[in-house]
Amino acid sequence: MAGPVLEMRSIVKTFPGVKALSDVTLTVQQGEVHAICGENGAGKSTLMKVLSGVHPHGSYEGEILFEGEVCGFKDIRASEHHGIVIIHQELALSPYLSLAENIFLGNEHAKRGFINWNTTLRHATELLRRVGLSDHPETRVADIGVGKQQLVEIAKALSKKVKLLILDEPTAALNDEDSDKLLDLILELKKQGITSIIISHKLNEIRKVADSVTILRDGRTIETLDVKAPETTEDRIISGMVGRDLDHRFPERTPHHPEEGAAPALEIRDWTVHHPIDQQRKVADDVSLQVRRGEIVGIAGLMGAGRTELAMSVFGRSYGRYAGGTVLKDGEEIRTRTVAEAVGHGIAYVTEDRKHYGLNLIDTINRNISLTALGKVAKRGVVDEHEERQVAERYRKSMNIKAPTVFEPVGKLSGGNQQKVVLSKWIFAGPDVLILDEPTRGIDVGAKFEIYTVIDKLAAEGKAIVFISSELPELLGMCDRIYTMAAGRLTGEFSRGEATQEVLMRQMTKDKEVTR
Amino acid sequence: MSTDVTNTPAEAPPGKDGTGDTGENLVRVMLDGLRSNMRQYGMLIALGLIVALFAVWTDGSLLLPHNISNLVLQNSYILILAIGMMLVIIAGHIDLSVGSVTAFVGSFAAVLTVQHGVSWPIALVLCLLVGAAAGSVQGFMIAYLGIPSFIVTLAGMLIFRGLTEILLKGQTLGPFPGGLQKMGNGFLPEVGPTTNYHNITLLLGLVVIVFVVLQEVRDRKRQQEFSLDVLPAKLFLLKLVALVAAVLTVTLMLASYKGAPIVLLILGALVVGYGYVMRNAVFGRHIYAIGGNLPAAKLSGVKDKKVTFYVFLNMGMLAALAGLVVAARLNAASPKAGLSFELEAIASSFIGGASMSGGVGTVLGAIVGGLVLGVLNNGMNLLSVGTDWQQVIKGLALLAAVGFDVWNKRKVGS
Repeated sequence: MAGPVLEMRSIVKTFPGVKALSDVTLTVQQGEVHAICGENGAGKSTLMKVLSGVHPHGSYEGEILFEGEVCGFKDIRASEHHGIVIIHQELALSPYLSLAENIFLGNEHAKRGFINWNTTLRHATELLRRVGLSDHPETRVADIGVGKQQLVEIAKALSKKVKLLILDEPTAALNDEDSDKLLDLILELKKQGITSIIISHKLNEIRKVADSVTILRDGRTIETLDVKAPETTEDRIISGMVGRDLDHRFPERTPHHPEEGAAPALEIRDWTVHHPIDQQRKVADDVSLQVRRGEIVGIAGLMGAGRTELAMSVFGRSYGRYAGGTVLKDGEEIRTRTVAEAVGHGIAYVTEDRKHYGLNLIDTINRNISLTALGKVAKRGVVDEHEERQVAERYRKSMNIKAPTVFEPVGKLSGGNQQKVVLSKWIFAGPDVLILDEPTRGIDVGAKFEIYTVIDKLAAEGKAIVFISSELPELLGMCDRIYTMAAGRLTGEFSRGEATQEVLMRQMTKDKEVTR
Repeated sequence: MSTDVTNTPAEAPPGKDGTGDTGENLVRVMLDGLRSNMRQYGMLIALGLIVALFAVWTDGSLLLPHNISNLVLQNSYILILAIGMMLVIIAGHIDLSVGSVTAFVGSFAAVLTVQHGVSWPIALVLCLLVGAAAGSVQGFMIAYLGIPSFIVTLAGMLIFRGLTEILLKGQTLGPFPGGLQKMGNGFLPEVGPTTNYHNITLLLGLVVIVFVVLQEVRDRKRQQEFSLDVLPAKLFLLKLVALVAAVLTVTLMLASYKGAPIVLLILGALVVGYGYVMRNAVFGRHIYAIGGNLPAAKLSGVKDKKVTFYVFLNMGMLAALAGLVVAARLNAASPKAGLSFELEAIASSFIGGASMSGGVGTVLGAIVGGLVLGVLNNGMNLLSVGTDWQQVIKGLALLAAVGFDVWNKRKVGS
């Protein structure tokens, strides 16, 4: 190897209120495949955005050296000009344009504004062949599978004379066969002298393709390991990922031991859901779990494990295509085909994405809180505004929502306060079972503690809580029992006593072949 | 924790009961209210300015009693449509078919009453049903089949315009029986002793004033019962006086001419009714919810399809009502009736504070927007500005209103 192609030195990137990266250093050698791993929120994607110019030069501190030169990219075009191409997790192809058009989008073979189709198609065919695709370049992107689309992205990168290819969780949306193909291609490109950075938390994948791995945690570089060295075991990598500071505070809680005889408040049996578009993919695969009254049950899984998909499909079939399974409430089978049915049976789902799925941002606090249970403040279809306002005032005080009045548009609140509004909304609906999906994502430590306290109180009142999170310390701090999930399956179940970060992470990074 | 509030002043809300408020405090509360409702008040202020401007330019003829009466009659059908359109736009859709449905229902009414001698109350009911049917067919396709509202109603616009011409065979059909004519042109009957004013109108005005005052006082009491913050006493009084003065002025104006037009009563009932539904009914709330954030509304258990369906059904019914009023006013059904009404109704809604992306707007806003256009029309007619320039100016008014909104939002957001 001929020395480092890329050096990122002491990178610090701050968002309003959050330090996403504090002192990250990354060195990538010429011609290697370098993996970056870390938990959700460790700063992987932010680091790559800094590198590729999505976060322009000047919005971060630190130095980037590419091929020995100090670089500051003001946008993606600038980094691409240097041969750095990033392929995002969500593919950025235009579905109704052809493969060839996509490959050369923004970079057309054109003279005076007119496209030369002959050279375009010829070059596209060559590039497609290089990534192992034999499809005709005039095929529409929408007509090929996700796996092939990923390869087209790489072909597009090759057309830009890529020197450093960055792949952000490239196999997250692929099935096993397509994943293998992609990983083989990365190795093939390595032979052709292209350096790659691959963000992944699938350890078997890292072992297969990577030469070295850098572990990030809480916006810091923890260490860089040589993957080929015998002492770099999977356990070694895991312990680097999870050594997260236990600086969160949790309310004192006495773990609940519900009476064994009673039927669980919520039981899910053999639940299987297919991806809404890619019918071959199971986003939840034969999942069975149960939660009792007064119990907080965690579901630990990394991004793409299928936690949200599972929860949303149980909650009124709001995601994907149902392919089997039953839901039982207090031992009796119930129908949850629509959201209204699920809510009617006392189930609440508090979304991980409060801005898109949780709140009407342009409406006020009081109207957001009352929406799900408007009937409670209405008589014969007419809302009693005063009662509604009083309810909202009550939650503003009890949940400590920081806003001058309840007539404040929710969009103006901070993340933590928005989350409190979403929680208030569902608590007001009066459910028996609350499914909380990443309830503390993107909010500050103080607000987190307040939300933990609320959750704890709800459990003490006898509600059954399903707590979905990818932050292990918070699961360990809050839950009575924890399920682990990976690639759509439950891979383990641990009691409070058994669970440690290492044990959980091992089950969370299991891939399909390993489990069966 | 102290960084938890963004963009919002940390001070406490206005005083609890406001008995001991100083004048300075009052002004601050008023300014705060003004700032947070800039869009709504802004449009009211703009309307006031436009009225004042044209009153000066026309040497006061804009505000002459018979002209006020005229203004109501001329714009009533656009205002009726604007109410329905506001609901459609809040729900995140658009309806381009209302002009054609208006014409279609007018011609249907003419065929019923003029050609077949159906009595007018029966014709009225049948016409409303036809409008509701037209709306529900379109609503079904939009809500349940998922065809975009722009396409469905664009098709509806062509279809109903065509059907109108088929029904009328290209002819104008009239006149209507007396009862229907009253809907477009009629005034309340004159009774009682001879005064300089129209008696029933005066009485009606008085009733409205009593109702408004009682309602406001009752509302304030209820708020205190729930121990909520209320407006400071002085400000509350000021609000009452302003409301009474406004109603009184309009009443006196109308009463000194022929009295209140019947269509004004219809319009008044619609504004109060729809205003109440949009503010206080579960149905109204659900319209705002699906327009503001559809996925979130779905995940909150709102039956979005049903709501969308009824919004369009309602629009069809209001279009039918507008159709009857137009036909009655012209005393004939014409194949060219209701041309570009949909655009006027849409413009009224946007001038009155609706947002292209849905979820925002009020019924009162639609009325204010419609009046802005109406006063512009009327005032420019009085000044004998040609229709060519009238269109240019109305277009600029629409741009200015929405442009101001965008600018104002950006300022708040930064």
